[in-house]
Amino acid sequence: MNHFTIWDMVRNLLLAARWTVLLSLIAFGCGGVVGVGLLLMRTSKSRVLRNFTKAYIEVFQGTPLLMQLFLLFFGGALIGFDLSPWGAAAVALTLFTSAYITEIWRGSVEAVSRGQWEASSSLAMSYFQQMRYVILPQAWRIAIAPTVGFSVQVVKATAVTSIIGFVELTKAGSIISNATFSPFTVYGFVAVIYFCLCFPLSLAARKLERRMNAARTN
Amino acid sequence: MPLVQISGMHKRFGPLHVLKGVDLSVKQGEVVAIIGRSGSGKSTLLRTINGLETFDEGALDIDGERMTVGHTNLRTLRLKVGMVFQQFNLYPHLTAGQNVMLSPVVVKKTSKKEAEAIARAMMAKVGLADRFDYYPEQLSGGQQQRVAIARSLAMSPKILLCDEITSALDPELVNEVLAVVRKLAEDGMTLIMVTHEMRFAREVGDLLVFMDQGKVHEQGDPKTLFNSPSTPELASFVRTIS
Repeated sequence: MNHFTIWDMVRNLLLAARWTVLLSLIAFGCGGVVGVGLLLMRTSKSRVLRNFTKAYIEVFQGTPLLMQLFLLFFGGALIGFDLSPWGAAAVALTLFTSAYITEIWRGSVEAVSRGQWEASSSLAMSYFQQMRYVILPQAWRIAIAPTVGFSVQVVKATAVTSIIGFVELTKAGSIISNATFSPFTVYGFVAVIYFCLCFPLSLAARKLERRMNAARTN
Repeated sequence: MPLVQISGMHKRFGPLHVLKGVDLSVKQGEVVAIIGRSGSGKSTLLRTINGLETFDEGALDIDGERMTVGHTNLRTLRLKVGMVFQQFNLYPHLTAGQNVMLSPVVVKKTSKKEAEAIARAMMAKVGLADRFDYYPEQLSGGQQQRVAIARSLAMSPKILLCDEITSALDPELVNEVLAVVRKLAEDGMTLIMVTHEMRFAREVGDLLVFMDQGKVHEQGDPKTLFNSPSTPELASFVRTIS
């Protein structure tokens, strides 16, 4: 405790917070890309694809992220996939994020009126053309606020990866608190840093929601 | 050979038997008005003609292309058949002009420049040349519906289906839309419309089709049919609406 200054704690926590940010970005970016694919499958005409996606979403929404991470990290090693903590964390969070994001986006797609599908169908557009030019541009306006709002959940979810030894903000917090014997101070700072990451996102989500609602006056 | 030939068409929604063997033939350039009580199957019939609804029995011949149960080339069908809806269904994120241009560019791969020329011509045709860059929400209902007509025409369909296209309009806006339809009819467009505008059906229509309980109950020349309906069902329907 004696040779650790407050600045030492904060500096080390901030250094670890870089990995929280990076992991969040990867999870959100990859989760978004996978989410687009799942969304197209979830809303497609094929029942097999729809049911597959439904099952995927049920599994990842219906089990704790911690279990998913354990299964991937330890279970993966058992069947020969030796994932680093980094890899396991990135893959698990991507799968988790994509499951939620797909549902948010599906809701947004379904909020676009049936008439838009019928009009574009009657003008001979294919499913992908309808999505690309008619449905997604409208769904996007509906989806943007809840999507940004969900990014807050992703940032907080990265904390779970500390369990498999990935040194991000939470893990750094527990290491430093073990070394300094002042958990209250250390975890206090950890909480403040998480808040500083998340609050701007919540704020942005709220602002976007207000702006998008104002833009849809009809 | 008629342009549209519907033979023995059946359609069920689960236990509900909506179309019970409909036969109808429409010649090139004919204006057909379909009337009937709600639930008589008239909208469903219209929607099967461009594949928005499938059918369970029967066949549909459009301009020499035969569609049967489960064998429907939707793209071919929809390139020949345009449709205008009760609720306009314009794309709200695009301007009127972009609404009209979208399908020619995306589906027919027409160049942007050519598509714009077509779109401007179609907007002029419906009397909205000066509203090309307006968004749908900046237009009145009647103007929106005319844009929707222009959007269909831009694909140069052989047949235009109109599904109660004036029913969602304020009374004072109905005539501007009907005037556009009347002009299309005079230009020789084949029109099949489900409508509640009986006067319009009588004045512009070549063929009046009265549907009742999923079947074509009576059809013929609109003036004759309105003046002397030969079945009691049509007679009572004419009485309730006039």
